[in-house]
Amino acid sequence: MTTLNSFIKKTNRITQTTDKETGLPRQMIDSEKRYSVGTVQTKYFHFALPPNEFILASGEKLGPITVAYETYGKLNNLRSNAVLILHALTGDAHAAGFHKGDEKPGWWDDMIGPGKAFDTDKYFVICSNVLGGCKGTTGPSSVNPETAKPYGLDFPITSISDMVNVQKHLIDHLKIHQLLSVAGGSMGGMQALEWLVSYPDRLKSAIVIATAAKHSPQQIAFHEVGRQAIMADPYWKDGHYYVGLPPAKGLSVARMIGHITYMSEISMAEKFGRRPGDEKLHKFSAGSEVEDYLYNRGNHFVKRFDANSYLYITRAIDSFDASQGKELYEVFERIKAKILVLAFKSDWLYPASQSREIVKACKLAGIAATYCEIESTYGHDAFLLEVEEETHLVKHFLQRVSFEQGGIDECEVREYAI
Amino acid sequence: MQSETASLEHRAILKWIRQDSSVLDLGCGNGELLALLVHEKRVQAQGIEIDEQAIYQCVAKGLNVFHEDIDNGLSDYADHSFDYVILNQSFQQAKKPDIVLKEALRVGQEVIIGFPNFAHYQGRLQIFFKGKTPITPSLPYAWHDTPNLHFLSISDFIDFCLQRNVKIKESFFVGKDKEVKRLPNLFALAGIFLVTNGKASNVY
Repeated sequence: MTTLNSFIKKTNRITQTTDKETGLPRQMIDSEKRYSVGTVQTKYFHFALPPNEFILASGEKLGPITVAYETYGKLNNLRSNAVLILHALTGDAHAAGFHKGDEKPGWWDDMIGPGKAFDTDKYFVICSNVLGGCKGTTGPSSVNPETAKPYGLDFPITSISDMVNVQKHLIDHLKIHQLLSVAGGSMGGMQALEWLVSYPDRLKSAIVIATAAKHSPQQIAFHEVGRQAIMADPYWKDGHYYVGLPPAKGLSVARMIGHITYMSEISMAEKFGRRPGDEKLHKFSAGSEVEDYLYNRGNHFVKRFDANSYLYITRAIDSFDASQGKELYEVFERIKAKILVLAFKSDWLYPASQSREIVKACKLAGIAATYCEIESTYGHDAFLLEVEEETHLVKHFLQRVSFEQGGIDECEVREYAI
Repeated sequence: MQSETASLEHRAILKWIRQDSSVLDLGCGNGELLALLVHEKRVQAQGIEIDEQAIYQCVAKGLNVFHEDIDNGLSDYADHSFDYVILNQSFQQAKKPDIVLKEALRVGQEVIIGFPNFAHYQGRLQIFFKGKTPITPSLPYAWHDTPNLHFLSISDFIDFCLQRNVKIKESFFVGKDKEVKRLPNLFALAGIFLVTNGKASNVY
């Protein structure tokens, strides 16, 4: 929050924050892995074995189901310090630390680790890949036991509530009765809302970042263009492409559209110049910096993501409605959890007005909550980049929630004795 | 945005608040008053504040706070959502104080309003002898750099309540380091009132 720190953040995107004690950029310390959870491994939980299949919101049955998940930190004796992290559209279970041999840490490593926002010295942090995904949890690219081939479009339509119900099975499996918190941005925020309305007794708090209780027509429209790009790719073959080449061109265009919506006009102007292209294959080859960037991100993405998963998950997001057809405040009335809602000023994909709708429901339902609209020029990407502000808010919010449930350690009790 | 008289004001407000009641502090600043009320009276506290840095300070104090402005913060609440709505040193910063007071009386059973007294003798002297916009301990800002949008006196506020059928139940007048008991419109730096809907009565 200091001028120096915001200067560093704006001039060097890699070095986002400085460490308060050493004054060294966080990234340098991370490279030494001092403040990292270290080397981690993905674990797998299997359930819904036939004939006890999982019943989806649509009424269809699915099973068996594998859930890929990671955990960081230690579960305390009371099993009361668990925080479930919920990932966004293309995220995965690998939220923090390093997989063996990897140079890059998990997707929210800036926020999860010893002394970080989700402090693994205090909390037991869990993150799982969503149902319908392609990073270890059962999805359209998994093998259908009935045909011994990947599901493809035979995979049933899944919803945000199905994702959350699967997570609840994982939490039951880990023998955690009540989560200290659930937290996520974008689609992760939707899952947090779903947890709040579906399992109000199973969580003490929720952190809902840059999200909406329901997608607007504009948000659905961007997703639909992405889906159409995938389905227009001749390699898509009605979703049964797993024996041949994947619909890489279509998926990469879908990702390019996504990236445009995740940035802001200012962040794009700061990031990209207007230099003309160097050598061109033809007149309309990608040339300018922004074109190169989108093209490379698209190409990179197809190596790590399944096109059918993109279809299923974007559909789940588009059809999400936390209010379950009622007024949002009506479904909020059962909530006992503390809520922290965060939005970002330049986020036009999930504008602050959508977060304020959530705040309005809190007010009408009589829920004490906190809402902050963080100043940022990063657009929707801000929820992964504005680490310093998020850390301050999340850290103190979680400290208070754990203090109110009886305290996790004595030092917090002293801190809140004012 | 705390004036020099803050702690005296906070103590006065603290006396009026019932134990275990619910409080909405509209324009709660860094949350100092709310934290005091939580600590001393175990109130259920909710703040509303427009300044982002102040939000961080509130959250560090363990408070619930919404990032919104004074003029829009109340409209989403149902009637009588809180026992008290507090507008301490924020009333004169509202764009439409008339509507904000009406809304505060709808959302809260009782409303506490504190504001700097423009008619304090120091201010009067500065206007009269210097011919300049007054700067006093409770109005410490230069004319071009003030968060205050309205400049009212204690007498103005009493008239304002009379005209609107707002009942003044309690009042406290803040001096430099103690309560002002006589001629508050001349000697008080700030006035604090506990008001409610009901028959207006001029007790002064």
